[in-house]
Amino acid sequence: MWEMMYIAAGDRLPIVMPLVNRALSAPLNIHGDHSDGMGARDTGWIQFYSENAQEAYDNTIQAFRVAEHLDIRVPAMVCLDGFIVSHSIERVEYIDDDKVKKFVGKFKAVNPLLDLDKPKSYGPLILTDLYHEYKRAQHEVMTKVADVVLDVAADFEKMTGRKYELFEKYRMSDAEIAIVVMSSAAGTTKDIIDEYRKKGVKIGLIKPRLFRPFPFKEMANALKKVKAVAVLDRADSFGGYGPLYYEICGAVMSLEKKPLMINKIFGLGGRDYLPDQAEQVIDELVKIVKSGKVKTVKEYIGVKE
Amino acid sequence: MTTKPLRLRELAKGEDRFTFGHRMCAGCGAPIVVKQVLMATDYPIIASNATGCLEVSSCISSFTAWKIPWMHSAFENAAATISGIEAMYRSLVKQGKIEDKQVKFIAFGGDGGTYDIGFQSLSGAMERGHDMMYICYDNGAYMNTGIQRSSATPFGADTTTCPAGDVIPGKLQQRKDLTKIMAAHGIPYVAQASPSHWMDLMKKVQKAFEIKGPKFLNVISPCNRGWRSKTDDAIKLSRLAVDTCYWPLYEIENGVTRINVKPKEKKPLVDFLKPQGRFKHMFSGANEWMLTQAQEYVDRQWDLLQKQAAFSGGEEKAEDKPGAAPAEEKTEGQ
Repeated sequence: MWEMMYIAAGDRLPIVMPLVNRALSAPLNIHGDHSDGMGARDTGWIQFYSENAQEAYDNTIQAFRVAEHLDIRVPAMVCLDGFIVSHSIERVEYIDDDKVKKFVGKFKAVNPLLDLDKPKSYGPLILTDLYHEYKRAQHEVMTKVADVVLDVAADFEKMTGRKYELFEKYRMSDAEIAIVVMSSAAGTTKDIIDEYRKKGVKIGLIKPRLFRPFPFKEMANALKKVKAVAVLDRADSFGGYGPLYYEICGAVMSLEKKPLMINKIFGLGGRDYLPDQAEQVIDELVKIVKSGKVKTVKEYIGVKE
Repeated sequence: MTTKPLRLRELAKGEDRFTFGHRMCAGCGAPIVVKQVLMATDYPIIASNATGCLEVSSCISSFTAWKIPWMHSAFENAAATISGIEAMYRSLVKQGKIEDKQVKFIAFGGDGGTYDIGFQSLSGAMERGHDMMYICYDNGAYMNTGIQRSSATPFGADTTTCPAGDVIPGKLQQRKDLTKIMAAHGIPYVAQASPSHWMDLMKKVQKAFEIKGPKFLNVISPCNRGWRSKTDDAIKLSRLAVDTCYWPLYEIENGVTRINVKPKEKKPLVDFLKPQGRFKHMFSGANEWMLTQAQEYVDRQWDLLQKQAAFSGGEEKAEDKPGAAPAEEKTEGQ
């Protein structure tokens, strides 16, 4: 499976694949976490992450336009949390088929394999002479994706009134501390943020939507006034930090005044992410801002001790 | 489309759809097999290719030896790849988006990509009933990566992962009989062929293209690097493989087994083994039991095949045309 994902991206096949995020073996577990999506992080695919069924639906429709865009032609996966979203019942606003068809447009095959008059060879061997340049080209195309994602989102908003950006900012305008978390856990976190806002804690949330390519510049801009950030990862890179944490670190590197950063690993193998875990993280962030010190950078939360 | 006549003089004038400039080793059997397959027909062909010698040597950077649409995806999925292409073609024809030009679909794979690594995707594609032909060029090991044993490696062979020496005398297991395994899928056409019997091979390709559904053709393909044989021995060795009944030429069409070439005189297996350095150790005193065992295995398989042909009702036809090959091949097919 992994190898095929690299091949799909390397062959520049504009596939759209929903990825219902699940844990990886061993031990065997099929419940929701981001291990599979993060494992596919470096395959060269575009990655969207969705908070709920509506976002998964909307992202899927938009992903076709992005993947098939003639300047892009890169496969895209639309991620949603396994079971937590995939097996729950939610209200979703559908769009009429005709409207969706018109929005997505017709697929235009470039250099189709089925063209008998101009035969093509797909999937060559490329050795040390050109492989490096080929991979650089894959990098280059990724730099163009964010603009296309935003253009498509603007058209989508015109059609539906639903606004999408590279990431969602929630109560960030005056935030002093922030949580960065993806997918369904963002919903729970927003509720707890509302509670803390009532108590006067200036906290906000960022929910990345486009994870690959990662919008470093925009993310840095969104975090430039924040004093402390907790990055919540629903996957681990054992022996390292959570994958999302690295991205946020990469983004804030460009800031003159960098926020204090912590990384929490949560919800592996479908472990529930509960309000008290969000509270625990916010309390810690408040303490960090007060003391100016981070005790432990990476920690598991929601663990049975 | 009418089946084209197989006359060497005319075939030689035909367009090469697998062209010169590829980087296969001198004396390799695989490009001969590919040329014979593509020469046998005028149908438009789209091919997939498993990772392997043929693939890495025929399409490098911006160069390709293929004048037909060709796709390599991975080692394990030549069958899945061509089945997807075939399904897309059928769908687009059905939708009226492209004209049906009677395209035929072929997957090429070596024995590593067919018997081992691509076996699951091959089995799946056969079971799903795609209108495609899988052609295995079987050189009996992972030759591309340095002669590692595969499940097609014959008993006794010396490879880098079953090296003949003090510990083991080469490969201790018999080879997997993939042709029979493919027949067990119940697909309409399964056959074995050899580049030495080009007429038989090309007739099988022609026949297979007229049959709708999944087809499997297993072709022996000498590799002088791995077989430790002379560079000009490919055709001689593949002929010996047939004459010793190590590689019988037969077909199973809708359950009926027919032996296409019955050697007039079944040669002893050592005739096939002796010219190959990979079997050299079997001829030393202590290992002679291996020669006996290898011969017994071939005899048993040959006996079973004849019984199977008789049982399935295919025997009579084979008896009708004894001898190595049709007359035409005798004069031209050397």
